[in-house]
Amino acid sequence: MSDIPMSPGLVQAGVAAQARSTWLEWVSTVDHKRIGTLYLCATLFFFCVGGIEALLIRIQLAWPNNSFLNPDAYDQIFTMHGTTMIFLVVVPVLLGLANYFTPLMIGARDMALPRLNAFSFWVFLLGGLLLYLSFADGHAPSAGWFSYTPLSEKGYSSRNGMDYWALALLGIGVGTIATAINLIVTIVNLRTDGLTFRRLPLFVWMVFVNSFLIIAALPALNASLVMLLVDRMLNAHFFLPLGGGSPILWQHYFWSFGHPEVYIMVLPAFGIISEVIPVFSRKPIFGYGFVAASTVAIALLSIGVWAHHMFAVGLGHAWEYAFGASSLLIAVPTGVKIFSWIATMWGGAIRLNTSMLFAIAFLFSFTIGGLSGVTFATVPIDWQTTDTYYVVAHMHYVLFGGTLFGVMAGLYYWFPKMTGRLLDERWGKVHFWLMFIGFHMTFFVQHLLGLDGMPRRVYTYPDVPGWAVMNLISTIGAFVLGISVLVLLGNVVLSLRHGETAGDNPWNAWTLEWATSSPPPEHNFDAVPPVHSTRPLWDLAHRAESRA
Amino acid sequence: MHISVFDPAAPEAAELLWLWNACMWICGAILALVTGLLVFILFRYRPRDGREPAQITGNKKLEVTWTAVPIALVSLLFAFSIVAAREVDHPIQREPDLIVTGHQWWWEVRYPSSQVITANEIHIPTGREMLVAIEAADVIHDFWVPRLNRKIDAVPGRRNFLWLRADQPGTYSGACAEFCGEQHAWMRFRVVAETAQAYTTWLAAQAEPAQMAATDEAKLGQTRFGQLTCANCHNINGVNTQKQYAPDLTHLASRKMLAGERLENTRDNLRDWLHEPNIIKPDCYMPNLNLSGADLTALTAYLETLR
Repeated sequence: MSDIPMSPGLVQAGVAAQARSTWLEWVSTVDHKRIGTLYLCATLFFFCVGGIEALLIRIQLAWPNNSFLNPDAYDQIFTMHGTTMIFLVVVPVLLGLANYFTPLMIGARDMALPRLNAFSFWVFLLGGLLLYLSFADGHAPSAGWFSYTPLSEKGYSSRNGMDYWALALLGIGVGTIATAINLIVTIVNLRTDGLTFRRLPLFVWMVFVNSFLIIAALPALNASLVMLLVDRMLNAHFFLPLGGGSPILWQHYFWSFGHPEVYIMVLPAFGIISEVIPVFSRKPIFGYGFVAASTVAIALLSIGVWAHHMFAVGLGHAWEYAFGASSLLIAVPTGVKIFSWIATMWGGAIRLNTSMLFAIAFLFSFTIGGLSGVTFATVPIDWQTTDTYYVVAHMHYVLFGGTLFGVMAGLYYWFPKMTGRLLDERWGKVHFWLMFIGFHMTFFVQHLLGLDGMPRRVYTYPDVPGWAVMNLISTIGAFVLGISVLVLLGNVVLSLRHGETAGDNPWNAWTLEWATSSPPPEHNFDAVPPVHSTRPLWDLAHRAESRA
Repeated sequence: MHISVFDPAAPEAAELLWLWNACMWICGAILALVTGLLVFILFRYRPRDGREPAQITGNKKLEVTWTAVPIALVSLLFAFSIVAAREVDHPIQREPDLIVTGHQWWWEVRYPSSQVITANEIHIPTGREMLVAIEAADVIHDFWVPRLNRKIDAVPGRRNFLWLRADQPGTYSGACAEFCGEQHAWMRFRVVAETAQAYTTWLAAQAEPAQMAATDEAKLGQTRFGQLTCANCHNINGVNTQKQYAPDLTHLASRKMLAGERLENTRDNLRDWLHEPNIIKPDCYMPNLNLSGADLTALTAYLETLR
């Protein structure tokens, strides 16, 4: 692989600009790379906060009839854990990566709308802080991240926590929609010459599709949040049966946002995996067209599956069959992806570094999460398993074993591009194994707990034979996970100072972000190499080879 | 106490377990395939000589195959799920035998044909299908007895139905499965299945008004029940009649458990419960009335007589 011609003066100018940076520059920045970095730092912070909340939950549930947290505190903590992880960690960490790498991967100087980009980030951050301000006001929201009515209405949640929740999510939602619009405009307009949609890196493809999904889904949440606020503050009764409203209406609105949201939280991770696996298998993605098309299929189907969260409501069989069928169908494009990734590895030369280990762990864990998802789409099974710990297990297999492992793969893959230094591989492997073991230890037993009859969202439980042991295993696993995060933090801090210098393209990767310096200069590229396929840098290297 | 869905005690739960097993075979096979492929690849395809491997970009036949086969598999599961759903929820063509209403955080149980009202303990005769209407008085709850049948929500403003049957006499544990506030964890209940004869005897006994207090202590307790605010929320048939804000106490002493299964129904536990309900079940609606020792003793003695 030959180096891309790059003026050394520009590289040094970039480094100098970083050295000069003051906090004021960070606050006022409209550079997509800095905004991306801000997203990653903020989400890392919220990830730690949400993780501590998870540990509090697991301490309380470590054994039956525990009184570490009282029920009111427990409800606040589990509501904040879910809300934090979804709205302040998983979605924004993916937006952060999309922000940082979309312009680089399409050979652009920045996002199309840089100031809107900065606005999105700051609205997100202020929304997150507003949510946490509820603690200072005496009571955090406590009706769950889904805030089902009428429990979330004034009559049953009289304190202000719910209002903080609704207002915070409203702000975050506006920011998220703005980012989605920004990404679409960027991808449509700012691709470099020759980078057609058929040559677009799959990460960018998935970010692109994902952005449409955000525009389709988030407004439903925002509208229902406003309705909830009107109910709570102006005594309306959209969701109150006594006033002629319907509590089920909230569920329809919420899940018509909430299920696309699940794919909003996982599609960009699919994109990361679709970059990492080919590079470390030294092969192009197997079935590029099918992988891209299956993303579109998932996005379209995901708009029509929301009522599978409501199979226990008693909607009637006709509704349930329809939503069961659409939910089962979504397994098909997801399966296409899994098999395409495996076929990409088949016959390759697999380099098992930390990034690739996380990608493989993603494949395994996400397959389990996807298959347990199929059991929910099989309607009568859902009637037994919904609202039990089986769901908690399923959803963490998708969002932790899926998305978060994908993000970890992306972090180890892209960290050198962002900082100029490689993350330490030895610590990386320690981090990987602790996280992999801790994750499966925490969540696998929860499948069994659910099937054994343990409902979710309970602050404690009776001493049913088997429950205590399984819960204790889960709690120990959670602490192993906690340690793995400390190792990650340590690795990041150490590698920032002492990490091996990365160079432009440490992995011999082939997408455009590797054709500039690490970290990239403020203007991203001095010269963008020509694009004739999905792998411009591969072409460049191999043309040089054949010439030699 | 065993609650697992793997131990069905009714045809409906058995049907659900059958579907689960069918689904597990299919999903298990796919997981085994994926895991097997991954393990094989990790051993077989490691870098050997530093050269790049053959650059294969796809294979249409293979791609079509792994699109078509999953479509066939999920179609099969869809067909299975319709079969099972019809077994579990069969048509409703009569009035319910039982009306169960979810309250924060207890279950009201009414037998409309015999005017019996009780709480948190549902008696059914073995072998007979009972049609249960599920309602809610405040927020959404969910009625679930894993060994007998599916779960179904109790939604304010609407009525859902569920068939409840047990083949063998026994006690089947149930719980609220929908998050409904602070004491969601202790909104548990039980279904007691007994022979037709035992059931009839139980129903007749429950239909009787409350026993009048006989001992002095119990008489004092009965008086204090009316004088204190207990009677504002609780009903004792024959003593007072009240809207059901709280569990009916007419035959409290016949029930196995207290406070949504938080406590076993013993004299000491009952006394503790009356003394400090907010400690035993924080945030519950039963207030701490700061009862004196004498009142506690009298009320406990009286409630213990309500067989």
